Amino acid sequence: MAKAKETVSRTVMVALALCIVCSVIVSAAAVMLRPAQITNQNLDIKSNILSAAGMYEQGMSADEIESVFSQFEVKLVDLDTGEYVEPSAVGVNDPMKYDQYKAASNPELSENIPATQDKAGIKRRPKVAKIYLLAEGDDFKRVVLPIHGYGLWSTLYGFMSLEGDANTIEGIGFYDHAETPGLGGEVDNPRWKSQWVGKELYDEGEQAEPKIQLVKGGVDANAQAKEHKVDALSGATLTSRGVQQLVNYWMGDRGFAPYLKKLRQGEV
Amino acid sequence: MADASAKQVLFEPIFSNNPIALQILGICSALAVTTSVNVTLVMCASVIAVTAFSNLAVSLVRTQIPNSIRIIVQMTIIASLVIVVDQILKAYAYEISKQLSVFVGLIITNCIVMGRAEGFAMKNGPWLSFLDGIGNGMGYSVLLLIVAFCRELLGSGSLMGFSLMPVVNEGGWYVPNGLLLLPPSAFFIIGLIIWGLRAWKPEQVEAPDYKMSRHKTKEAF
Repeated sequence: MAKAKETVSRTVMVALALCIVCSVIVSAAAVMLRPAQITNQNLDIKSNILSAAGMYEQGMSADEIESVFSQFEVKLVDLDTGEYVEPSAVGVNDPMKYDQYKAASNPELSENIPATQDKAGIKRRPKVAKIYLLAEGDDFKRVVLPIHGYGLWSTLYGFMSLEGDANTIEGIGFYDHAETPGLGGEVDNPRWKSQWVGKELYDEGEQAEPKIQLVKGGVDANAQAKEHKVDALSGATLTSRGVQQLVNYWMGDRGFAPYLKKLRQGEV
Repeated sequence: MADASAKQVLFEPIFSNNPIALQILGICSALAVTTSVNVTLVMCASVIAVTAFSNLAVSLVRTQIPNSIRIIVQMTIIASLVIVVDQILKAYAYEISKQLSVFVGLIITNCIVMGRAEGFAMKNGPWLSFLDGIGNGMGYSVLLLIVAFCRELLGSGSLMGFSLMPVVNEGGWYVPNGLLLLPPSAFFIIGLIIWGLRAWKPEQVEAPDYKMSRHKTKEAF
């Protein structure tokens, strides 16, 4: 350890040189890998949407995902009125670029949810949501809606896909959560998710409040209103309750119900 | 350590001087990323890369580093490498990088990396330091893989994602052990491994800190 290298000026020089070299390396890596990362993120979201709609197969290539996803039309919906809005209303030119979760923290694009109505435990909601519509001719065939809400440990983010009657569930899937592995984490279990298929959100006729219930001990074949009931996750009471609340919130009056009503009547 | 041979430096950390089992370093990530073998493999590769290259870089500039800021210099080098690894994973192994989430970033605070930079690379040449980094990374990996093997097999009835014992939830017969999916279970497995390793290599057993002396007076009669 030579004495000469312990002077203040040398120490500062070495620190500076090191900072410059390291920052060049880090920023070069970040800039060069950015395009690949963005592609990955987009693909990830698209494959999540497809898997909620039951259109995803294990091991699909990037091109296949793109081509299946291109059948969907991305739309922005005003949650209060249930009407479509132009992307320019939320400050983007491509609806795909709109991020409703980011918008939820922007005071101009979102609003507080009063505590009494906040079933999903999300505190704020965006005014405009991004949905995915699969149309066939004039009729729409399925619609995929984003849902999120609080479980036990974490906010669960996912999608729910509805059939052409805007009532029958076609699939559900959560792509981001941190529930207990093996208990609440079983929301990812394909067997559990498959139970949702064919369940109905609303009672016939009134179609205002969704009636989804997660029940303990399995759904009996003779149970009353079994079209609304799904077997809860065993050992995960609070996660199950969270899922029930968040589905009912997002499919209710404060969520997508106004839009779904219009969709059913062919008004939008 | 000055005249250590390349072979010794490379292979000693695997069993004789294992960073986790003997030095008890890097336990945090050993608990967090060992629920499945796939994820663990990627984590191990990342740690090997970071220890090897940080040792190499620190060793290259070791004569230039002023003593007063040496820890900060090592930290900066390690942090830059970890960020690069994280970016690469996000670009080329997105699924796994999502599962590893914050733990790739936490390699920065992994004591093994820092410990080897300070304890070995500051005193040895670049080539030996590079090998030492790989060796220690492998020592870490071997242990992690054993833990991950036990946890994935007993916790989810599968290995590398392939189902070996079909679990009850998916219509099979195996009731998975939920504890093994949670981080604390790794403590038990690591503890058992350390026990086994010290039974095999008794020289690893530490000398007791103190010795109980015999009772000399009779009490409580």
